[in-house]
Amino acid sequence: MSSDLQDQDYTDELEHGEELWNPGHRACAGCGPALAMKYITEAAGENTIVTNATGCMEVVSTPYPESAWGTSYIHNIFENAASVAAGVEAAYKSFDRRDPDHLDVEDSDDLNIIAIGGDGATADIGFRALSGMMERGHDVLYIMYDNEAYMNTGVQRSSQTPFGAATTTSPAGKESIGNDTNKKDMISIAADHGIPYAATASISNPHDFKQKVEKALEIEGPKFLHVYAPCPVGWSFDSAKTVDLAEKAVETGLFPVFEMEDGEITSVNKIRDREPVDEWLEPQGRFKHLFKDEEKGEQAIEELQTWIDERAEDLGLDA
Amino acid sequence: MARAEPSEQENPSDEQEVMKGTSAVAKGVMAADPDVVSAYPITPQTGIVEKLSELVADGKLDSEFIKVDSEFNAASTCIGASAAGARAFSATSSQGLKLMSEPLFTAAGMRLPIVMAVANRSLSAPLSIWADHTDAFAERDGGMLQFHAEDVQEAIDHVLLGFRVAEQVNLPALSNFDGFILTHVQEPANIPDEEKVSEFLPPRDPEYTLDPSDPKTMGAYARPEHWTESRYEIQRAMMDAREVWADAVEEFNDVFGRDYTEYGGMLDTYHAEDADHIVVAMGSIAGTIRNVVDAYREDGEKVGMVRPRVFRPFPAPELRDALADAESVAVLTKEMSPGYESAFAGEIKGALYHAESQPPIKSYVLGMAGRDVKPEDIAEIIEDVKTATPEMGFKESESWPQLRPELLNGGDEQ
Amino acid sequence: MSDTQDPYENLKITTGAVAEPNTSRANKTGSWRELKPVVDPDTCIECGQCETYCPDQAAKPVEGEDFYAFDLDYCKGCGICADVCPTDAIEMVREEA
Repeated sequence: MSSDLQDQDYTDELEHGEELWNPGHRACAGCGPALAMKYITEAAGENTIVTNATGCMEVVSTPYPESAWGTSYIHNIFENAASVAAGVEAAYKSFDRRDPDHLDVEDSDDLNIIAIGGDGATADIGFRALSGMMERGHDVLYIMYDNEAYMNTGVQRSSQTPFGAATTTSPAGKESIGNDTNKKDMISIAADHGIPYAATASISNPHDFKQKVEKALEIEGPKFLHVYAPCPVGWSFDSAKTVDLAEKAVETGLFPVFEMEDGEITSVNKIRDREPVDEWLEPQGRFKHLFKDEEKGEQAIEELQTWIDERAEDLGLDA
Repeated sequence: MARAEPSEQENPSDEQEVMKGTSAVAKGVMAADPDVVSAYPITPQTGIVEKLSELVADGKLDSEFIKVDSEFNAASTCIGASAAGARAFSATSSQGLKLMSEPLFTAAGMRLPIVMAVANRSLSAPLSIWADHTDAFAERDGGMLQFHAEDVQEAIDHVLLGFRVAEQVNLPALSNFDGFILTHVQEPANIPDEEKVSEFLPPRDPEYTLDPSDPKTMGAYARPEHWTESRYEIQRAMMDAREVWADAVEEFNDVFGRDYTEYGGMLDTYHAEDADHIVVAMGSIAGTIRNVVDAYREDGEKVGMVRPRVFRPFPAPELRDALADAESVAVLTKEMSPGYESAFAGEIKGALYHAESQPPIKSYVLGMAGRDVKPEDIAEIIEDVKTATPEMGFKESESWPQLRPELLNGGDEQ
Repeated sequence: MSDTQDPYENLKITTGAVAEPNTSRANKTGSWRELKPVVDPDTCIECGQCETYCPDQAAKPVEGEDFYAFDLDYCKGCGICADVCPTDAIEMVREEA
């Protein structure tokens, strides 16, 4: 391309329109979770109350007096997005009974209450609140954005950190291949609470993710969505590759995409010619130690591959 | 003045019932008609939760009752509900209060008027189910309003006053009453009827709510250039609460005929005006103190009692006034801050520090974990406080009169 | 580009530090950039993938034209748009000072 393009600037000719997740947020360049927030708000629309847990998406979106949110929104603390949402839901149930015209919207049944939290906030510190909300049957959609570590505090290991990944609390070293556990299966845990809908999605397929958000919001009761959202800074990869890596995670079976309804698996995004997990590991700095150490590193990759293969078999992932 | 007497106005529509303290509080809550009740059982508050469940199940209380998994989530669900504009109520004690401490402090910062009844009980360890004030004092600096009831009637009334004041100044409120002593006792009490309560307690009118038709962002984080001012607002609200409380108790008297208006509702005194020696204490122990004061008065001795009704905002100016003419002051307290002295005594002394009149103050840590305090114990304390002097060492100024040194390894070096 | 309300104008701390919606727009993150995307209008097929995958909503159709371009007030230069563009119409170039 010619150097004329160097000066290209069409900024003033672009329209933003109404966005319920606004630019100006302070997420890192190429942030996967920021994409997830965009898709959630696009799918849910303005008749929505969001409860958010402390974490990357909360911090980047709400430095007082700024807010990237166009929806009604509350953040309280790190570990209670689920129970704050349950409280909002209870309040509106009460309002609906006492004063059906309380909400200035056409149909109060359409009110969406969505709790959003990172993998740390949801699967670890917020587990109790999530379990309680699901078990009691609140009409809340919980969406966990998974960037596979406690990113906001500087990349510490969570229960969603994959096997072999280096984080600041599971660093690679002479005595360590990085994180030594596999991702905790939140969909099964959610489904075992007896909730009507639990599903995974990836930011690499926004159409699928948004459809699942819409579908979930049509269902009454607790719903759980696990959305895969890579973090270029925390995983050490080129920020341009966020979508590509999310896609590779799905294609290698590291992150299977499927739905569970009333405890049964009802759809699986099958994979034809599943790639070995190396394809996904290679571009990421957090796994580079596995490729340096011929013995232990290779062994770790094999172990990860085995875990993937076993889950693929359980799910019927391979076409 | 004497125990709160019904004023001249009669209120024939109020029911008077003899019932367990926890049931009485539950019925008081019912009259306040909260939108959401979210509470977890813990001894000795469990009766409140059970009674409220029963009232909801029988259709007498039209609230969403959330059967939460923990006190942490009792507070969290109340926060969500309150942010959405609901009137939210919870109840707890001791460990439960400690567990909900993190979200509860944020309720103050987010200016959400959640009211909870706290059946005061020791904080572990060791585990104790019995009454003292260690739990309430541990939450002292959270920005919550706090008051202490002397009897079951006040336990009920403080919940109503609590909602009224909390919703006006937008701060959460802890309505304290002694565990077992007031929760499990059977006392006659007036249950305010709902009509009168709705006269006294208007519907909530929050400035901001979670409402898609007028979306706001709640719970933003504040940078160094903004945090101080945000917290200053809490202090301002607390100080406003003094006047709001004073107005509220005046109206409470008009509507319900129970007079808590002394010292703007902050202090309740008994024969304190001309007293040489004043006993200061909060909560149910005041009942016993009154009897001891009566006995002394019969003997011609000028002894009196000052009972702070409100602990936060702290009634500092009122205490300066009420204690000004005493020769000595005995502070009785059911808590203690290890490494220094009882927090209650420390605050009272602090209030008097720059005052014109500074009677010597001795503090007595007793009654912890429900240890019974008898009239003789209080009389002994009054005799001891007569020896108070303006200059005292720390070991002299605070003691643990009920301590049993025979149980201590190596005896007691008090 | 739509007008945004400036939350810092006459700022008073609200009760509970409640913020107004959509006010992040006052923060122009374009200043973060090291690389900026440029589009070749002739190669762009208006598929919208860049808009779909931009985490900062900085890729948009140009009004009255047949190609997409970038809101340089907010573009952080991550390069996702260039990576997902099916016709390689977007190039990341170093911005001149």
